[in-house]
Amino acid sequence: MRDNVPETTGLATYNFAYLDEQTKRMIRRAILKAIAIPGYQVPFASREMPMPYGWGTGGVQVTAAILGPDDVLKVIDQGADDTTNAVSIRAFFQKVAHVAVTTKTREATIIQTRHRIPEGKLTEGQTLVYQVPIPEPLRFLEPRETETRKMHALEEYGLMHVKLYEDIARNGHIATTYAYPVKVEGRYVMDPSPTPKFDNPKMHRSEALQLFGAGREKRIYAVPPFTDVVSLDFEDHPFEVQKFDKPCALCGAENVYLDEVVLDDKGGRMFVCSDTDHCEDRREHGHAGHMLANKEAAE
Amino acid sequence: MYVAVKGGEAAIANAHRLLADRRRGDRSLPAISIDQIVAQLGLAVDRVMAEASLYDRALAALAVRQARGDMIEAIFILRAYRTTLPRFGSSVPVDTAVMQIERRVSATYKDLPGGQLLGPTFDYTHRLLDPSLLSDEEIDGPLEKEPLSEPLIRVLDILAGEGLIEEDGDLPQDHIPGDLTREPLEFPLERDLRLQALARGDEGFLLSLAYSTQRGYARTHPFVGEVRIGEVEVELDLPELGFAVSLGRIQVTECQMVNQFKGSAKSPPQFTRGYGLVFGQSERKAMAMSLVDRALRAEEFGEDIVAPAQDEEFVISHSDNVQATGFVEHLKLPHYVDFQAELDLVRRMRAEYDKKQAAPELREAAE
Repeated sequence: MRDNVPETTGLATYNFAYLDEQTKRMIRRAILKAIAIPGYQVPFASREMPMPYGWGTGGVQVTAAILGPDDVLKVIDQGADDTTNAVSIRAFFQKVAHVAVTTKTREATIIQTRHRIPEGKLTEGQTLVYQVPIPEPLRFLEPRETETRKMHALEEYGLMHVKLYEDIARNGHIATTYAYPVKVEGRYVMDPSPTPKFDNPKMHRSEALQLFGAGREKRIYAVPPFTDVVSLDFEDHPFEVQKFDKPCALCGAENVYLDEVVLDDKGGRMFVCSDTDHCEDRREHGHAGHMLANKEAAE
Repeated sequence: MYVAVKGGEAAIANAHRLLADRRRGDRSLPAISIDQIVAQLGLAVDRVMAEASLYDRALAALAVRQARGDMIEAIFILRAYRTTLPRFGSSVPVDTAVMQIERRVSATYKDLPGGQLLGPTFDYTHRLLDPSLLSDEEIDGPLEKEPLSEPLIRVLDILAGEGLIEEDGDLPQDHIPGDLTREPLEFPLERDLRLQALARGDEGFLLSLAYSTQRGYARTHPFVGEVRIGEVEVELDLPELGFAVSLGRIQVTECQMVNQFKGSAKSPPQFTRGYGLVFGQSERKAMAMSLVDRALRAEEFGEDIVAPAQDEEFVISHSDNVQATGFVEHLKLPHYVDFQAELDLVRRMRAEYDKKQAAPELREAAE
């Protein structure tokens, strides 16, 4: 595959997977350290990437550093392969690394994601790369990096518990719906990236390696396979995930995360799987939701 | 869904095609050349070089053209190229004392050795739109005089001679300057890294912060000791040769700000320094940088930290316009998964609220 990379001629030529090998080595070192200390945010010398900060530069750098010519890459945004930024990042790696890409969760060796964890169980040998905007779970309680690093070092997480408690006192329940803080292997409190808390249980003892890249904030962290990831809660207010009243309108799946699709301006709504590959796969296997059935009946 | 993926790809390709069309604009007009941008939009090119931390006029001009004149976009394009370049060494510190000077002014002395040299400044132009520029009229060449035989003494060296100003920097001789583009920043920063961050910081952001220090938010009593613009030699030490060789000359703008300081338990009353150094010609940026540099040294001088311009984490974390624009603009990317979660929560809380509102009536009805 490396033979396909254009030869170095003057200005605009780039290494396999864009980053130069020294940079990749630096990022791999950070990743190894992150794996060795699950949940700990490792500072790394994040590079300017050819897409803007906020578009997944951290995830792209992690993927670029671990990607080999034989990998099969899947990129999702909001759970879907067809969102424009997922399309764009996938095209980027096709262009600079000539890797095989897929939309099938099962076939992928590396899955880069923004805001979701695939519904299907990930397996050993797969790596899930998260794009992270704000890696610091304590950031909105304490804006200063100098302070939050100290709090992590001292395992001083009282502030977070107080915040969750105040939620309960005020609302009767915890009012955090995404980026819900977790504790990793009983030590570091970690931001799971802005995935809905629905996805938190999937991180717990996952067979896949989970890597988190925050480009603008210059941090990498990791959850190695089979690591405890526990959502913060209280004995009398145990952690709960979102529940949807109806199954997916297209594939009939229950206990999956659904997107609300507005159908008209008269309050018409349908709920469909946010994980497009999962939905498609189920339909291929003969599952049908009520909207799909209606559609077919009409035809 | 496979079709949808293709659809996304086609949409992006079409958007890029439209962008290229808009960039080129009216085809009946000649395309603007890189040489023209370098020659006639030189200060735009300078700003791109400064905030991209890459001194290359042609590439900066290309970026300006590619970005349709959007400066931050141009800075971003050039930085994304810079980051892929190998780093093979650090230059010897440039010596601005032996700068080949085009402009040099001091606000602290009426006259001084070498005099005040105005150079190509807007300062005393009247900002009247000039209709003569509508046509390409002949422009007189500049007056030329003999180059100065002696280097111009730096104004702050005059003060230093009297011992009235602090030493210039107190980092140890063997200190290896950091590189914020190669190492993650860790607060608090040494001054070298801080100055690096300021040198590539957004001109507008630094300008506003600097302005705030003049309006009472961390007052530093500044005087422009000197602003100088000109060319300096960049030299690289080659271990194989045992001496430094010249790589070429670059144009820089340097500002040395002199600030009042009443003295503290540790140091006597003396003037203190704020420093600004920027690629190309950018006095506004160099001056703003030197004001912010001085404000950020508050802790060093035992001053109370009371204003945003003194807060290192606040200033440095938010001075980078490529980072800032990325994170602000990323809000337009899809967020519907998280929004769905919030929607669900608000609906639930709203239902609870409505139930509570209805409850008193029920109680009354039961009575």
